[in-house]
Amino acid sequence: MGDSVADQVILLVEDNPDDEALTLRALKKNQILNEVVVARDGAEALQFLFCEGAYANRNPDEMPQLILLDLKLPKMDGFEVLRRVRANPRTRLLPVVILTTSNEERDRIAGYDLGANSYVRKPVEFGEFVHAVKHLGLYWLLLNQNAPLPRGA
Amino acid sequence: MTQGSASSLSRKLTRLNLLVTATGLLLACAAFVTYDFVSIRRALLNNLSIQAQVLGSSSVAALVFNDQPSAEITLAALRAAPNVVAAALYAPDGSPFAVYRRDAAAGVPSGAEIAPGVREKLWYERDDVMLMDSIEFKGKPAGFIFIESDLEVFWAAIRRYLSISMCVLGGSLLVAVGSSTQLRREILRPIEALAEVTRQIAQERNYALRAGGDTPAELTALVDSFNEMLAQIERRDSALQEARDELERRVELRTAELAAANKELESFSYSVSHDLRAPLRSIDGFSLALLQDYGDSLDAEARGYFERIRAATRRMGALIEDMLNLARVARAELRRERVNLSAMAHTVLAELQRSDGSRAVECVIEESVEAEGDPRLLRVAMDNLLGNAWKYTSKHASARIEFGQIRKNGSRVFFVRDDGAGFDPAYAGKLFGAFQRLHGSTEFAGTGVGLATVQRIVTRHGGKIWAEAQVEEGATFYFTV
Repeated sequence: MGDSVADQVILLVEDNPDDEALTLRALKKNQILNEVVVARDGAEALQFLFCEGAYANRNPDEMPQLILLDLKLPKMDGFEVLRRVRANPRTRLLPVVILTTSNEERDRIAGYDLGANSYVRKPVEFGEFVHAVKHLGLYWLLLNQNAPLPRGA
Repeated sequence: MTQGSASSLSRKLTRLNLLVTATGLLLACAAFVTYDFVSIRRALLNNLSIQAQVLGSSSVAALVFNDQPSAEITLAALRAAPNVVAAALYAPDGSPFAVYRRDAAAGVPSGAEIAPGVREKLWYERDDVMLMDSIEFKGKPAGFIFIESDLEVFWAAIRRYLSISMCVLGGSLLVAVGSSTQLRREILRPIEALAEVTRQIAQERNYALRAGGDTPAELTALVDSFNEMLAQIERRDSALQEARDELERRVELRTAELAAANKELESFSYSVSHDLRAPLRSIDGFSLALLQDYGDSLDAEARGYFERIRAATRRMGALIEDMLNLARVARAELRRERVNLSAMAHTVLAELQRSDGSRAVECVIEESVEAEGDPRLLRVAMDNLLGNAWKYTSKHASARIEFGQIRKNGSRVFFVRDDGAGFDPAYAGKLFGAFQRLHGSTEFAGTGVGLATVQRIVTRHGGKIWAEAQVEEGATFYFTV
């Protein structure tokens, strides 16, 4: 696992291809050049994190620097993904930023209750979205210090 | 309480009984005593008269022949009559001739007052009756006879009668008391029993009890109608209970239906807002991407089109937001707390000033204005009203926004006033309609949902909202909660 910022992987869990494209664009606009792995639903995201299924050959010691999690996902919703991530000792301490359109109180409460690190609302206006992504990137990728990964197991 | 009137009834009965008996007896005794009074007296007087005549006739010879000792012996025969106190014979001129005295103390008239020609004169003196009569011999007055008799016989008889009457009276009264006790038992026991049943029913609310037992014929009707009444009450009571249960079931059903409908609405508006916003994001994002990446090869008109597209998506985003808020307001649970509206107004206006620092707005906020309501919903209302005031004064160089309360018909009315664009009062009816606007979107931005939201909030608090305005002379919005 490399230590330079550019090596850090961002896991984007997003089902909407338009939103995916726009998010990647926003990241690029902000000169955030990290590799972005996109999971289209909750199951895929978990497969990636736990090195199962299509990602069975992934190195389990390499974990994403940041997980951007949408809530409205098909099959398994964002909360379930979050629950599983927090339940597993290998992924328990990974920073998860919920990135969603919902501003409902109960979603915010549920998100923090399940252990999300941050809750960001996706604005409709794209300029604002770029602005938000810039701040997210600056903070989570540059300023914030992650917990070290647990060795072994 | 029931005890009191029942026993006073029995006392009344007893008293009545005694009264009737006593009155009857007293009247009877009085009648008899009076009769005896009269007849004994008559008998006594008769007796006296006869005694006088007999004595007179016996004494004629003695009077005519002036035989005083003989006359005395004749008079002495009166000793046989115990009632005679004294007797005397007088000569025709009125002088005493012979005297008889039962005891030495008795006195006789002197004879001086004897008027000639007196016949059987009777008078009372010293509790005794006196008789004076003239004695005649062959048609000529031979003298006078005087007898004084006491009324002992009379009084003794009266005394006897009275004591007998008293005994009879006493005995009868005892019988009367006894009979009224019986009467009480006969009449009053069923009534008391009825009263006891009533008391029991009232206390236990057990309408299944019935009055029963022996009842005399007159009370049967009462007891029967009483039982009938109880049966009716019981029926009505159970009918009421059934109706109440039915109502409860229906309320439960309705509540469940309502809860289900609410839940549906909630999930509907939740998913609608999400599903509507996603495409908007795409439209806006890719329009901007086009502008940014290919803007150089686009002419001003094309760029303008894209700007319109982006503006339209922003408007739609705001609309969705407002719609969601409106739905949320309708659903929310209403809490009732003391809310300081003045402080709220300060906060809202401060935020508006922060977001648009270039504007110079004079804010006049009445202090310590409080209301009872849901703080979150009232905040939304204040946001909308003050936000509107801020927005519609934006075209003026200087602006003045006021918040306060007034008294109208005894209740408190809150108001938000501005001196901005105002509106045409002719269209006041459309003010609070959802999505209704009185200004074009080019004049002032807006979705037309703000005031509808405020009205919804005010109505949920049981209040009213109305507005007064003139074009370009500002507007005042009044509301109660």
